[in-house]
This record gives sequence, C-alpha cells and structure tokens, in this order.
Amino acid sequence: MAKRRNLELMVGTFVALGLVALFFLAMHVSNLSLNTSGEGYLLQARFANVGSLKVRAPVTMAGVRIGRVDSVRFDKDTYEAVVSLRIDATIDSIPDDTFANIFTSGLLGEQYIGLEPGGSTEMLRDGDEIVHTQSALVLEQMIGQFLFQKAGESG
Amino acid sequence: MLDPLARLGRRVLEALERLGRGHLLLLAILLGLGEVLRRPRLLWEQMFNIGVLSLLIVGVSGLFVGMVLALQGYYVLSQFGAAESLGVMVTASLVRELGPVVTALLVAGRAGSALTAEIGLMKATEQLSGLEMMAVDPVRRILVPRFLGGVLSMPLLAAIFSAVGVLGGYFVGVGLLGVDEGAYWSQMQAKIDFDEDLVNGMLKSLAFGVVVTWIALFQGYDTVPTSEGVSRSTTRSVVQAALVVLGLDFVLTALMFGD
Repeated sequence: MAKRRNLELMVGTFVALGLVALFFLAMHVSNLSLNTSGEGYLLQARFANVGSLKVRAPVTMAGVRIGRVDSVRFDKDTYEAVVSLRIDATIDSIPDDTFANIFTSGLLGEQYIGLEPGGSTEMLRDGDEIVHTQSALVLEQMIGQFLFQKAGESG
Repeated sequence: MLDPLARLGRRVLEALERLGRGHLLLLAILLGLGEVLRRPRLLWEQMFNIGVLSLLIVGVSGLFVGMVLALQGYYVLSQFGAAESLGVMVTASLVRELGPVVTALLVAGRAGSALTAEIGLMKATEQLSGLEMMAVDPVRRILVPRFLGGVLSMPLLAAIFSAVGVLGGYFVGVGLLGVDEGAYWSQMQAKIDFDEDLVNGMLKSLAFGVVVTWIALFQGYDTVPTSEGVSRSTTRSVVQAALVVLGLDFVLTALMFGD
C-alpha cells in the first residue's frame, strides 16, 4: 500500500512539474505574460513616437538602470503614446523638469528610455508626468531627412 | 544469376511486411486505448517508468543545453551589438527545436530502449503467449499503458527541458555575461508567440512521443525471441527512433514554420 502511494506521489510530482514548466513557458516566456513587478513608483511620459519601445525595457539615468517601462499605450485623443515608467523606490529625487529621451542601444539594438535630470528643486512623485520628452529616432525618417537635405544642397 | 535480384526482392518484401505489422500494431494499440480507463494504475506505473525516471537526464541536459546556447549565442550576438536578443535566441531554439527533439532522443535512449528490452524479453520468455493462454490480450494489457505513458510523458518532459534551459540561459546570460535582465525577458516575451512557438513545439513533442514509443513497442513485440534478437531489437529501436524523430522534425518544421 505504501509502495503504491509512493508511485502515485512520484507520478503526481512529475505531472505537476511538467505543468508548472508549461505554465512558466506560457506566462513568463511567451507574449501571454502580463507580469509587472509591484515595486517602485510610476511616472508617466508622453511621446509623439515610441519607435519599438517594449514593456520591461530599461529606464536609465546617466547610463545606470533605475527602472523599467511598465506599460505603453495609445492616447486616442492626443494621438500620443503614453508610457508609464516604474522607477525604483530608492530613486526618489528626480526633478520635475527632467528630460525623457528614447535611445537605442547600438545601431540595431533594443530601445530604452534615458532620463536627463533638470535643475528644479521640485521632485517627481508617484503618478506625476514627465513633461519634456523626445521621441524615438526612427532610422528610416533620419535617412529620409538626410537624403532630402543632400538633394536640397546639390540642387 | 537471378539470385541477387531475388534477395533484393525478399529484403523489400520483408521491410514492407514489417511496416505493415507495425501499423497493424499501432491500430490495435489505438483501438485498445480505452483499456487504461479500466486500469489507470497500469498507466501510472508506466508514466513513472518513462516520465519520472527520465526526469534527471532531461533536466540536467536542458540546463546545460540552455547554458551552452547562451554562451555561444552571446559570442555571436555581441559581435553585432545585439546581445540583448540573447533571450529570444535561447528560447526560440529551445521551444521550437531543441526542447522537443533532444527530449525525444533522450527518451528514446533512456526509456525506449528499456521498453523494447522489456517487451522483447517478455516475448522471449513466452510471457506474452502465457497471457494469451489466459485469454488476456497482451496488446491491451502490456502495450497500451506503455504507449499512452510515453505519449503523455513526452510533452511534459519537453516542457521541463525547455523551461530549465531558459533558466540555464538566464543564469549564464544575465548572471555570467552581464546581459540586461529586463532585456533578456522583455525581448523574449515580445518575440516568442504563444501559438506560433509554444503550441507548435508541444505538438511536435506529442508527435515524437507517439513515434518513439510506437517504434520501441513494435521492436520489442516483433523481436526474434532469442537473447541475440532482443539485443538487436533494442539497438534498432534507438537508432530508428532517432532517425525518424530527426526526419519527422524536418517535415513538421517545414509544415509549421514554413510560411
């Protein structure tokens, strides 16, 4: 009887392990995942164009990661992208005239948000909005502008 | 003069006969699948033999395959400044290809050979005939639970392999090589599709489960009932399963990810 129970226990563990692995793959690896870590505080920033900025992309200041992108959504009234940033709770001294840029790591790398602190003495708090933003540089647009300028010079 | 031709003909006919017997056996197994509902305990025993006992080798292999993928992938990707895509590369390789295929090869070696040897010995020692004498159908009693156990265990093992591999890649990529943790997961989550990648990988694994167990069972059931015959069948079971899995993988990949 005890032997049979052992067998059932082992098989049960095996099946449970397999299902956990499947669940992990589904929720943590594939695009089904909707996980957001609940630590830190949220800031909003509006961009005319976010390029290919992804949820969970790093938010950096002076090149050091201080948070992550929490969500990216579209504001249908202003036609802007609203990005919410989750900043580590320990970084509580971001001035309210901070500048938010979307940068690309490397020529074809992942996009991230770089914050440049301003000089204000007022600090941003949970739910506040970063007013000064600059959109992502879209490579095609830059090439287009470059060609347009060249054409203007030669003509 | 005509002897070589006749030999060739005999070879082909024998192969065709074996193929036919194999399919008849599969049909008999599929028709008998209801039997496990009456005796679920037989299925648990086989899931233990095939699934639980393969856990160690599958888990350890998955871990190391994931870690090696991260090392090799990082080396190439960092040359293009795309080391952030390491997570996508590791996961896509694991979930789409390496998880199902390597698991199938490991199970064929670890459990398939054991199945063949077990059933071959049962035949050699006339236990199967004994069952028939007692009016117990050996296909339903012996083969069906083993078949179902193998088919059900395979996708679970492949999922464990892939999950452990992704974690292994994470340890090496993020812990050792300094890839950004958020980039590792976020790029992965952005690029790995649930239906396209995960479900297709699991379907592949299910197909491999059917093929590997079927070949193992047939080789055992169809063995020449001597010790030499059993040993030969065991070898053949592993070799054939490996070849068929790799060939089938190409076909399934072309069908699933072709367009």
